[in-house]
Amino acid sequence: MIADSNSNYVVQVDQVSLDFATKDGIVSALSEVGLSIEKGEFVSFIGPSGCGKTTLMRVLADLETPTAGQVRVNGMTPAQARQERAYGYVFQAPALLPWRTVQDNVMLPLEIMGKSKAQQLQLAQQYLQLVNLTGFENKFPWQLSGGMQQRVSIARALSVEPQLLFMDEPFGALDEITRDHLNEQLLRLWQQTQKTVVFVTHSIPEAVFLSSRIVVMSPRPGRIIDVIDCNLPLDRTLDIRETKEFLAIAHRVRQGLRTGHSYDD
Amino acid sequence: MTTKARNTSSTIPVLTVVMAIIVIWYAGAVQLNSPQIIDRYVKKGIDWSYTQLALDSWSMKRAVLPAPHQVALELKQTIIDKPITSKRSLVYHSAITLSSTLLGFVLGTGLGIILAIGIVYVVTLDRSLMPWVITSQTIPILALAPMVIVVFGAMGISGLLPKALISMYLCFFPVTVGMVKGLRSPSPMLVDLMATYNASQWQVFWRLRLPAAVPFLFASLKVAIALSLVGAIVAELPTGGQAGLGARLLSGSYYGQTNLIWAALIMAAVMSAGLVSIIGYVERRVTLRLAGGQDRLQVTS
Repeated sequence: MIADSNSNYVVQVDQVSLDFATKDGIVSALSEVGLSIEKGEFVSFIGPSGCGKTTLMRVLADLETPTAGQVRVNGMTPAQARQERAYGYVFQAPALLPWRTVQDNVMLPLEIMGKSKAQQLQLAQQYLQLVNLTGFENKFPWQLSGGMQQRVSIARALSVEPQLLFMDEPFGALDEITRDHLNEQLLRLWQQTQKTVVFVTHSIPEAVFLSSRIVVMSPRPGRIIDVIDCNLPLDRTLDIRETKEFLAIAHRVRQGLRTGHSYDD
Repeated sequence: MTTKARNTSSTIPVLTVVMAIIVIWYAGAVQLNSPQIIDRYVKKGIDWSYTQLALDSWSMKRAVLPAPHQVALELKQTIIDKPITSKRSLVYHSAITLSSTLLGFVLGTGLGIILAIGIVYVVTLDRSLMPWVITSQTIPILALAPMVIVVFGAMGISGLLPKALISMYLCFFPVTVGMVKGLRSPSPMLVDLMATYNASQWQVFWRLRLPAAVPFLFASLKVAIALSLVGAIVAELPTGGQAGLGARLLSGSYYGQTNLIWAALIMAAVMSAGLVSIIGYVERRVTLRLAGGQDRLQVTS
């Protein structure tokens, strides 16, 4: 049961299940999932494809409706949270509008919220600077590299100044060098802005490097099999991936994934 | 620089094709007209040579296929030599056809877009309207056009409007089909993105679906304007040969004046090409404005 909504929890998930009806019968995407996320945490969902990690995040964002269970986001239902624009969402692909410049793409949610033109410009400038894209305001998305496009989409999600950020495999389509670089940038961003981040990934090093807590999930039915605290020093750099502490956590994640996932099929 | 290179590189192939067409045309004129001329030679008992035959078949008054220079002369006489107000001026007739083409195009595009929006946004319309839209295009326009003209004539409405309605009937279809596809082209991810902003239907339409449909719309408009011209000409056939390119075609065939028919045909082709290229020009301008000069408007992600 979810106790009081005034608690420090930004996200509360209780006994949530979600079944999809497909041609081949009912697929259980989530089965009795329970989870609480505190303010300021960086929580990663990790697991093989089909384990429901993206579905769980989509439930939090009110893009899917659970079949059973209770969800609270900022003490509200996901639908209310979405209507209040309480979160920012970064998708797997940059999802930029090709007919808008970088700046206009970042201003899109602000326009929809009805902010004044001056405010839109100021926020766009501010968050493009935060992702190191000052000077690219008037470029079109096709003129940027994949990594830069994804940074635009992060700036766009941040521009509405949500306290909660959902990121669904945002770096999944990028090469490893770009991904490493963006991981470092994202870590700084999280520390600077003190936001609560929910992050979906299938990369173990990425999850361990970024997270304060890792939620290991397994498929058929999608469920949580381990929750790992991961409090590496705040001033960590990519070098930490060589240390014993890092490797120990990575090992535990890997073991969790192995036990949860049968390779019979 | 690339445009210039493209221009010079396409001039020669285009000219070659035009030359080939003219040569084939002259040869065809001899082939098609010579039986009549040989008949005449035989009746009059004239000795004839092939040179004579060719020259005669390129200068017949009512040739089966008039030679290119005869058609060119007809075009000159009816475009330049006649005052525009004259009933025999091709410019006058073209203007009449053009006006109903354009009115039909505007009406058809408007109807096409409205139907597409209805089909995309209202599930009932998607199920009920689309089959009718498709069925409408299986009725031959040649069968339908006289009915429309006659019915409107009986109601006392004649002239521009009934003709424009026939153009509209032909040209709303590609616009509807293209716009439905275009309005549905944004990926589920972009639709989800708008949902995370709690955007209203109206905002999703203006900021996502409509701009995404622009490339589809222009592709449809090029087909639509050409169809609109066809509709206008077909609509002028049953009006009893009053005015317009269709009327010219009809009177040309009544009196066996093939020069006149070919001149009208060429005029229609030139008009159609001109209208399509105007839309192409507008498309390039819009694309330039929307996507920084690159043809990358289509939503890929």
